[in-house]
Amino acid sequence: MSVLIYIDQSEGQIKKTSFEVASYGAKVAELLGTSAEAVILGSVSDDLAALGNYGISKVHTVKNDSLNHLDAKVFAKVIAEAATSIGAKVIIFSNNFTGKAIAPIVSVKLKAGLVSGAIALPDVSNGFTVKKNVFSGKAFANVSINTDIKIIALNPNSYPVTATNGTAQVSELNIPVESPKIKVTATNKLEGEISLSEAELVVSGGRGLKGPENWSIVTDLAKALGAATACSRPVADSGWRPHHEHVGQTGLAIAPNLYIAIGISGAIQHLAGVNRSKVIVVINKDPEAPFFKAADYGIVADAFEVVPKITEAVKKLKHL
Amino acid sequence: MKILVCITKSPDTTAKIAFTDNNTKFAADGVQWIINPYDEWYALVRAIELKEADASAVIHLITVGAADTEPIIRKALALGGDEAIRINAESSDSFYIASQIAEVAKEGSYDLIFTGKETIDYNGSSVGGMLAELLELPYISLATKFDIANGQATVIREIEGGEETNQAQLPVVVSCQKGVAEQRIPNMKGIMGARSKPLKVIDPTTIEPLTSIKSFELPPAKSGVKLIPADTPEELVRLLHEEAKVI
Repeated sequence: MSVLIYIDQSEGQIKKTSFEVASYGAKVAELLGTSAEAVILGSVSDDLAALGNYGISKVHTVKNDSLNHLDAKVFAKVIAEAATSIGAKVIIFSNNFTGKAIAPIVSVKLKAGLVSGAIALPDVSNGFTVKKNVFSGKAFANVSINTDIKIIALNPNSYPVTATNGTAQVSELNIPVESPKIKVTATNKLEGEISLSEAELVVSGGRGLKGPENWSIVTDLAKALGAATACSRPVADSGWRPHHEHVGQTGLAIAPNLYIAIGISGAIQHLAGVNRSKVIVVINKDPEAPFFKAADYGIVADAFEVVPKITEAVKKLKHL
Repeated sequence: MKILVCITKSPDTTAKIAFTDNNTKFAADGVQWIINPYDEWYALVRAIELKEADASAVIHLITVGAADTEPIIRKALALGGDEAIRINAESSDSFYIASQIAEVAKEGSYDLIFTGKETIDYNGSSVGGMLAELLELPYISLATKFDIANGQATVIREIEGGEETNQAQLPVVVSCQKGVAEQRIPNMKGIMGARSKPLKVIDPTTIEPLTSIKSFELPPAKSGVKLIPADTPEELVRLLHEEAKVI
């Protein structure tokens, strides 16, 4: 028995969330008194032996040109076969865009119960129970997995990356790969932008900014912090900002270490997408804005006056 | 073209979340139920748009739920579904739900199956992928755009830091999110017409769920906001650096 961690990569480089699931998976293996192994698909340029730093003892690679683009079913078949061949009893994914596509398919293939959106280590003292987000972050559920093989999809930014010194043994698994039925015809990465779902710091703007021409106060602060930018739903719907920046119940749900909301009143639907942020800062000139009730820090002020001053203070702190 | 849209009910987005029975059940008293927004605003509306472009298209709705699900099914029919199937069961387990839907879908020869990207209560994001596997169909998740031409679907899906264009031959299962379509309001003609549209109720198949919810918890209450005077914004930066240690 072992714990198998799916290491997600993009264009040959290991994604940040993979180090988080590796650290988490290593701890799960420790709880179960077994080893943590990893599987990675496609061509990778990163040093895979270095995954040993995150507690992985063995890295299994499956190389095939068909695995350089995601076809969830093709990937799931390979991962399920890898899990079977190494006798994995627990399989762990990041609950990122890729994990959300693959984990349910592996679950069916192996008849393995899946908890997606997990936010904590499993409780293995009496069965196998995993805490997850439900009701869009407004509550948690403790879910028992009742099958021999268990699958967990861990929400990004839910577990600290713990790096030590170690070297993983890397070997290639010989698993046949089916031809994809999904053809990827274009990939459009937004150059220079920090991925919102992986971002540790996020600066977000709402209708209080009055128009897209004023957005520089958000982007300037985000740039000084090294943060991603986001927006509320009315802002995306008005076309001030692209839809992929919309965070909230019907947009993207995020859990950064810091979420700074500028000119956002904090409707319950918006809160549902950001309430897992570790620290929330609200800047709003309306002292009655409901967002202040969910905030850790707040400034009641005109954003146009105060935000540039915050940006200057950040630059000073960071010697920019 | 036959389209199957999977819908489910979920508590209204503003519903107060509380639990009963020693925190093992959702407190449903007084809760307004709605169609899960991802199912309605994106999956169903895109299906309706496809039907508007191809008069021969037919939209079937399917849900796994008890009799109290019927008002939301009627609303989905009012928006533009042609007929509906309710599988008379309730479960929080994605595998159970996907398996029930698959049992019906495999008899229906659907060209296209849409789900919302997740429900806003259990946030599983799993039924679409499970359904695709159970039906042995290709699966494209988290679609932000969906088009169809000559039996081929072109789908833009979200990836970390960008988007990817996918193509697949029909039939295909697609989970839909923001961008695929825009929310619609049912009109009076649709509401009146929905009353006479077929709604078939069928018994569930015997399927063992793979997971079960032991208990629910509410997040700990926030300790309260620390307000920083507007004339000392640099104090916020100091607190974020020294106290919260996030920058």
